[in-house]
Amino acid sequence: MSDVSTPGPESSEPAAQGRLGVRKTYKLFIGGAFPRSESGRSYEIRSADGERFLANAARASRKDGRDAVQAARSALGRWSAATAYNRGQVLYRVAEMLEGRRAQFVGEVGDAEELDDAAAGDVVDAAIDRWVWYAGWSDKIDQVDGSSNPVAGPYFDFSVPEPTGVAALVAPQGSSLLGLVSVVAPAIVTGGTCVVLASERSPLPAVSLAEVLATSDVPGGVVNLLTGLVDEVAPWLASHGDVDAIDLTGVDDDGLAADLERAAAGNLKRVLRPPVAGADAGFTAEPDLTRLRFFLETKTVWHPVGI
Amino acid sequence: MVVTASPLDDVTASADTLRRFLHGLPPVDQVGAEARAAALATRSIKTTAKAFALDLAVRMVDLTTLEGQDTPGKVAALSAKARRPDPGDPTCPPVAAVCVYGDLVPVAVEVLRGSGVHVAAVATAFPSGRAPLAVKLADTRAAVAAGADEIDMVIDRGAFLSGRYLEVHDHIAETKRACGDAHLKVILETGELATYDNVRRASWLAMLAGADLIKTSTGKVSPAATRPVALVMLEAVRDFERLGGRAVGVKVAGGIRTAKDAIRYLVVVNETVGDAWLTPDRFRFGASSLLNDLLMQRQKLATGHYADPDEFTLD
Amino acid sequence: MFDYAPAPESRSIVDIAPSYGLFIDGEMVDPIDGVPFKTVNPATEEVLSEVVAAGPRDVDRAVAAARSAYEGVWSALPGRERGKYLYRIARLIQERSRELAVLETVDNGKPIRESRDADLPLVAAHFFYYAGWADKLGHAGFGAAPRPLGVAGQVIPWNFPLLMLAWKIAPALACGNTVVLKPAETTPLTALAFADICRQADLPPGVVNIVTGAGETGRALVEHPGVDKVAFTGSTAVGREIARLVAGTRKKVTLELGGKAANVVFDDAPIDQAVEGAVNGIFFNQGHVCCAGSRLLVQESVADEVLDRLKRRLGTLRLGDPMDKNTDIGAINSPEQLDRIRALSDVGEQEGAERWSAACDLPERGWWFPPTVFTGVTQAHRIAREEIFGPVLSVLTFRTPAEAVEKANNTPYGLSAGVWTDKGSRILWMAQRLRAGVVWANTFNRFDPASPFGGYKQSGYGREGGRHGLGAYLDV
Repeated sequence: MSDVSTPGPESSEPAAQGRLGVRKTYKLFIGGAFPRSESGRSYEIRSADGERFLANAARASRKDGRDAVQAARSALGRWSAATAYNRGQVLYRVAEMLEGRRAQFVGEVGDAEELDDAAAGDVVDAAIDRWVWYAGWSDKIDQVDGSSNPVAGPYFDFSVPEPTGVAALVAPQGSSLLGLVSVVAPAIVTGGTCVVLASERSPLPAVSLAEVLATSDVPGGVVNLLTGLVDEVAPWLASHGDVDAIDLTGVDDDGLAADLERAAAGNLKRVLRPPVAGADAGFTAEPDLTRLRFFLETKTVWHPVGI
Repeated sequence: MVVTASPLDDVTASADTLRRFLHGLPPVDQVGAEARAAALATRSIKTTAKAFALDLAVRMVDLTTLEGQDTPGKVAALSAKARRPDPGDPTCPPVAAVCVYGDLVPVAVEVLRGSGVHVAAVATAFPSGRAPLAVKLADTRAAVAAGADEIDMVIDRGAFLSGRYLEVHDHIAETKRACGDAHLKVILETGELATYDNVRRASWLAMLAGADLIKTSTGKVSPAATRPVALVMLEAVRDFERLGGRAVGVKVAGGIRTAKDAIRYLVVVNETVGDAWLTPDRFRFGASSLLNDLLMQRQKLATGHYADPDEFTLD
Repeated sequence: MFDYAPAPESRSIVDIAPSYGLFIDGEMVDPIDGVPFKTVNPATEEVLSEVVAAGPRDVDRAVAAARSAYEGVWSALPGRERGKYLYRIARLIQERSRELAVLETVDNGKPIRESRDADLPLVAAHFFYYAGWADKLGHAGFGAAPRPLGVAGQVIPWNFPLLMLAWKIAPALACGNTVVLKPAETTPLTALAFADICRQADLPPGVVNIVTGAGETGRALVEHPGVDKVAFTGSTAVGREIARLVAGTRKKVTLELGGKAANVVFDDAPIDQAVEGAVNGIFFNQGHVCCAGSRLLVQESVADEVLDRLKRRLGTLRLGDPMDKNTDIGAINSPEQLDRIRALSDVGEQEGAERWSAACDLPERGWWFPPTVFTGVTQAHRIAREEIFGPVLSVLTFRTPAEAVEKANNTPYGLSAGVWTDKGSRILWMAQRLRAGVVWANTFNRFDPASPFGGYKQSGYGREGGRHGLGAYLDV
């Protein structure tokens, strides 16, 4: 469990135990800043066993969602125009920052998922390594997914992957860091930006991740984090006309998932459906390229070859 | 010859302005131009359209012999065929012209007297164009004096490819003066120019210098005429008229052997510059064996069966 | 005057039966609850044949046949063998190419020269290309042993009937799926001829099933619980509806929808080829092309010149009998489509754009629309925003490359775009910034089975063609 002297959730027994900790306020992360919800609301986060109060998290409203989408759209031009090398370096720095805060994450993941330090440590290590894995893809996916196409005529014909744009991500409910990292990293490494709705019951590691991003050269707006209730926020993201894709990984309710997919059809968003029940809920398996590809479009260019 | 002032007069004021003008012409995309020419070749020309085209093509032929071994006998025989291509068919029109080396012009003139068929002479150190200007002009004047109605000159490709455009221009202009009343055809030798951009520039250059007609090739270099090259030249001719007001003709020469080829060229003319150019005054085929194929096709159209080649004279 | 005499292709090469059933489980069968309807030659309004609008029970039967073939035969067949079936089909298409081209022309209204020279060669090529992938899927970048999805329900449009069928069936079969395909209501005949080709190829029964019909049949197919994969090419409106219908199911879906492509011409463009590209871009196939270059964006400094050449070039287009080998512009596919084109063109005039049409003699019977150009068009005009799907070009101007990109991308669509400039760096700069699945630079309307095709944004998702096209039919 958490050490009394580290920042974070704390026993409600003060002075008798020693120094009173300064509790962290968990806010939203939009456009590189940490605002509270414009609705002023928050909701209670408890430990996985339900025993302890951990914190109040901001309860995001549709307007927060709207602002987050706006921030993501504004950040898209610059982030997608950065070189792949630059993005890879930025993501690698995120991994450096994650590593530096390892102990904090171990505490938060332990509380969120009811894991002891050793097990939480494994999860955090895996999350960092997952992030590093994705960072390395930024300047390689073009080579795997791009092609020169041998058309039957005097044309140079090539296909290149390009970021789809702004994605809404519903992060996994259970896997509060490893699962989170597994949905966020692929969404941004190739130049896309996103609005992430953290795990409803375990959003605290996500907010800490946002703090990591804020200190890692990731431009504001590339990742925007909302905490709140999935069935309150997700529908607004699913129907938002300026969102290009939606990842429904964290939507556990089949009925809601279907509704969200229907809403997404309004502007033909690309939809990543929740995984089938039981399929690697721990996100432990090394990923294939499915998630990376989900956030990419293929552009094919033709040009005559002549004198 | 009257030369009216045009918006293009300033273009040739100096070597520099001429180069800037020529380099400022729109580029030609090779693949696109060739695709357009290929698409035009899919036109299906049958029955009445074919009859019209065959007759027109015959009337556009410059029946040509340009060999070192040409003799008065050869030229006389060619000229006789030129005035009466198909002895068995009086409806067959004569060709446009006979095209020979300058020294054999008198022979052609004699045989063609009163027929309406023109005598064209190649000149200016044909085919290479490599000789002092004075020699090239003398060549021209001699042919004109001998009775040539038309002069087919060659441009200096070396000067063109090294960018000495004003020099090329001035040579053409001087040759035009040496022609007197004779019409000047300017051979660009498109096979040596290599790119369609160069073909466009050379076309404009020749027209600016006073050419009455621009011609693809000497027939001595391969590739000679091709339909994409003709397309580019016809576009230049079309644009020149819109800008300068003067209508310049086009002649395709070398490698056109079949009636089918010839008809395809006529389609290119028709759909690029329109039927105002479908006249021997503005379009010619420089060819020798083409004529017999045209005659055979005329006969097939008339009789319904394939002809015996021996029924057509070889000259 | 050089008048081209009529040069008609002979109709006698093709035998059209007075009526057709449905092609299910390897045979032509009578419908269970389907009803007959007629298919018509749009150039003459002549009735060609009577076909069936399959009912729900017919669709059910077809899906069951596809499922049975999938489980019984097809998914177990090694890729090498599947490939050989596809090679056979490719060869048969080549052998019967002229017959199929004539059939396509009389049912669709497109000029015989197009069906003969553009459509049919590409149809065969698609089967050839995907035949070769069937035994190489492990090398395609989708894992070492990617599995097919199962039964694919495929709904295709009327603009390139047989070609759209090839784009759907070839990759589906190569990847090991079986299919139920519904051709468009107005163009069923080449799909039914394809059924005969499957028979000649000895394709196992049920691997390919053809159910003719209209919107209802398509809906029944898309909604059928036995379908694992839905592939649709058609309008964005219907595409949206399909995306809604499959929500909450496990059905994978790919959509290839509408477009309003910008064809951008810079002042240094190879101008004659650019004009050809503009003409080809919107008037090829009577403008019935999702990727048509329906917005010509001309740099203001050369707008007059380009327009002048464009109008003169349009004067040489020949509109008329699609069976005449010299026809460039054929018939509009249906009276409904003609009404839509007319309505939007009238809107264009009402909104103040200047309308010009090539002088054409329109035949008395059949449905026709002359090539039309609107100038003085801005982004605010409906004719610059809505897909007309006809031979109507809207001409807009721009001043700078950035403005061209902005205007080109200012649409919910994103299927294709064209760029004409002589400058290499600008070609690549524009290609990078145009939000479109296909960018044609100094060319237009080029297709190839090796070249992935599909849209950004509301022009759909998924790609057809190339290695990328396999992704639509594998469980990845």
